[in-house]
Amino acid sequence: MTAAALAFYAFAITTVAGGLMTVVSRNPVHSVLWLILSFLSSAGLFVLLGAEFVAMLLVIVYVGAVAVLFLFVVMMLDVDFAELKAEMAKYMPLALLIGLIIIMQLTIAFGVWQVDPGATGRIAAPIGNVENTRAIGLLLYDRYFLLFQLAGLILLVAMIGAIVLTLRHRQDVKRQDALAQMFRDPAKTLELLDVKPGQGIAAPIQGARR
Amino acid sequence: MADFFTNNWLGIVLLTLGQCLLILVPLLVALAFLLYADRKIWAAVQLRRGPNVVGPFGLMQSFADFLKYIVKEVVIPAGADKAVFLIAPLISFVVSVIAWAVIPFNNTWVLADVNVAILYVLAISSLGVYGIIMGGWASNSKYPFLGSLRSAAQMISYEVSLGLIIIGVIISTGSMNFGDIVRAQDGNWGIFNWYWVVHFPMVFLFFISALAETNRPPFDLPEAESELVAGYQVEYSSTPFLLFMIGEYMAAVLMCTLTSLLFFGGWLSPIPGLPDGVLWLILKILFFFFIFSMVKAITPRYRYDQLMRLGWKVFLPFSLVWVVLVAFLAKFEVLGGAWARWTWGG
Repeated sequence: MTAAALAFYAFAITTVAGGLMTVVSRNPVHSVLWLILSFLSSAGLFVLLGAEFVAMLLVIVYVGAVAVLFLFVVMMLDVDFAELKAEMAKYMPLALLIGLIIIMQLTIAFGVWQVDPGATGRIAAPIGNVENTRAIGLLLYDRYFLLFQLAGLILLVAMIGAIVLTLRHRQDVKRQDALAQMFRDPAKTLELLDVKPGQGIAAPIQGARR
Repeated sequence: MADFFTNNWLGIVLLTLGQCLLILVPLLVALAFLLYADRKIWAAVQLRRGPNVVGPFGLMQSFADFLKYIVKEVVIPAGADKAVFLIAPLISFVVSVIAWAVIPFNNTWVLADVNVAILYVLAISSLGVYGIIMGGWASNSKYPFLGSLRSAAQMISYEVSLGLIIIGVIISTGSMNFGDIVRAQDGNWGIFNWYWVVHFPMVFLFFISALAETNRPPFDLPEAESELVAGYQVEYSSTPFLLFMIGEYMAAVLMCTLTSLLFFGGWLSPIPGLPDGVLWLILKILFFFFIFSMVKAITPRYRYDQLMRLGWKVFLPFSLVWVVLVAFLAKFEVLGGAWARWTWGG
């Protein structure tokens, strides 16, 4: 067995095992951690395919950003496991039924599965001796430039929409103004007094509280 | 003999293992002395003597500490999630070590010469946050949890500007390989050929983002002693704590190395006439580590909201504008292609 095959089986097994444990784990935080392991192993699989750019993006975007947010949310959740289990027992028959139906459908679908004899001839040709970062860049920013911009625009609209829906300016809360704090002049806000011992300050100081 | 190491699979495995050890062992030994240097510099700024008992000038202090850390008892809190609690420092340590696989120490002196080296380092450093989050959560107590939440938010925020700054360098080079980036800085004008000239403002942004990314003071909010005792490290003792600490320092040294490679010519010699070599890279790393220590010694800690404002409202827009600017400067080859080094040939 070559090193590549060995690495493939190692990554494949961890991917599948990670995915399985994501579903099976009792603790939601453990689930997310298993999910992260699964992401990492599939990044390894991409590297074995020679798609190192996609692999790194998978790690940066999914593991480095998306999964961190998942983990945040799940950690903040106040989950009552006992209640959750009771709920699960209640819906178990329904879940089993759905599972059975899906398995039956998959069996039917895969039972008649056939590979078209001409399919191997229609596989896209390798792009040749171009780094895949460069190849993806050329495709995205040259050939599909407009579609790429359009996709960005859609995301932008979604983001603005989310902000518009959730942002509200509350007038009754005290806010910090960083610029005002920075440009505060000590000469205007502070007053130095020479307090004699045993006397204290007689009257409220003029303009001390501004 | 040479055939055994290039063709036989056992030979290849042994060779790779040997190369890994060749990087790892000097790195860990150097780290011991860097820790000592950090404490000495810090002490000198505060007019103290620092560690001065173990060995001559206290040079063996780190090794004494090391021995103490590994022979002490590992205390695991009763309410902790045991597995995650112990895996967290391991992740922190391993992640900070494996990033060194793609760092070139000299021309062609690199363990894995991959063409997405920078992305690899970014990906690995984005994994570093998991050690901290998992440690904070698994401790099952309030200070560690708050510390880890802060840290996660902080590392994610500054990673964005760090990535954008690096994109500027990638545009200038036309490659994501560290070797290519350093070679692109080689030229007739010596040190004025390095990227710190053409990417001048970004050097400072990169350095400050690196401080924030590695949780070094003045951005050490995750472990702010005055507020959170020691943040995510509160419940850790003995070897797991040691792993966290090594991971943290290793990440700091990695950031020093990245600064030297990306902006200060890596192994290139700053003095005309002297040969390039690994020594220059080491000197540059030491210089930046010295600045890291000085920053730690002389700056007060940021407030958390100030940190976030700096990251999102100052660094992010600034580095984004710089990326667009560099893209234009490279496209139109301004100043004879100072921002488009691939046009210079070589």
